[in-house]
Amino acid sequence: MGLILRFVPYGDIEILELDEKIKYLLDIVKDKNIVLMGGRLKPEEEAALIQKTMEGISKKFKGVELCTIFPEEKNLDLFRKIKKNFASMVLGNREGLTIIGPASIIKEIKRDPNKIQLFTVSTRR
Amino acid sequence: MLFQIFSKKKTIKLGLYGPANSGKSTLANKISKDWLGEKMSSVSHIPHETREVIVKEKIVIKNKSRELTFNLVDTPGIATRIDYEDFMKYKMTKEKSKQRAKEATRGVIEAIKWLDDMDVVIVVLDSTENPYSQVNITIIGNLVARMIPIIVVGNKIDLKKANLKRVESAFPQYDVVGISALRGRNMEELYESLFKAVR
Repeated sequence: MGLILRFVPYGDIEILELDEKIKYLLDIVKDKNIVLMGGRLKPEEEAALIQKTMEGISKKFKGVELCTIFPEEKNLDLFRKIKKNFASMVLGNREGLTIIGPASIIKEIKRDPNKIQLFTVSTRR
Repeated sequence: MLFQIFSKKKTIKLGLYGPANSGKSTLANKISKDWLGEKMSSVSHIPHETREVIVKEKIVIKNKSRELTFNLVDTPGIATRIDYEDFMKYKMTKEKSKQRAKEATRGVIEAIKWLDDMDVVIVVLDSTENPYSQVNITIIGNLVARMIPIIVVGNKIDLKKANLKRVESAFPQYDVVGISALRGRNMEELYESLFKAVR
């Protein structure tokens, strides 16, 4: 069976409450799909995702692999940084990309730092 | 502002956070041994040895001009995946592995809950591992969002595979302190960083 990648536009989840947002993403992952989400979660949402993942660990669900990539900020001048941070606070962080995959399929996601490598779990046929 | 916060508080909560097996409990033991003469946590090469938050109260550290009293909080390693079969690779029985996995998941949840209580956090990273892991970024992002002062430590610098430069380049906004908690290397620099963080 091939890998299924599900694209989730940021606009689809931005209106959801924290718990709903996490459930929405985890439900996709528990169906053995890999989430490709435009933008990134807020730090507290990432923490909540980890907490909910831990609560859901079972024989079938071993957890998730999670990775976000986002544009480097170090080349931005102060004004642009402030503008960008303000926009993120108001609108959420739409820049970058978040990948969330089931640990039973994704062994490891390596970011180093501008490229992403997905290592899948090898299965016997 | 930080000075005002800390000057009003009698005892500071100093948290040790990081991924599993980065050496948090080894560091907790080293700090506790240096200033209280006794260890506080059990350590193991098997990940998730610390599965509950452990607090050692009233550790007083001193330098030439100041002293600092804090409660040291050793937390379980944060992880996004826990598979009991991973513990079986360390020759644990299936039952014990399942139990350890169950306790480890609770430990991660507990560690995250404790984030809100911290005054200062030492983020303990294994300098032999890739620092760009999401767990590291999530921990630091959450501390920044809560405006908690952070000290980033690259542990295990005594090992051949250690690459402190890589940790420094992953977190250029922080002065990364390279230590070996096991060998007690560079602890003075870490203590000085602590005094700086708690002005």
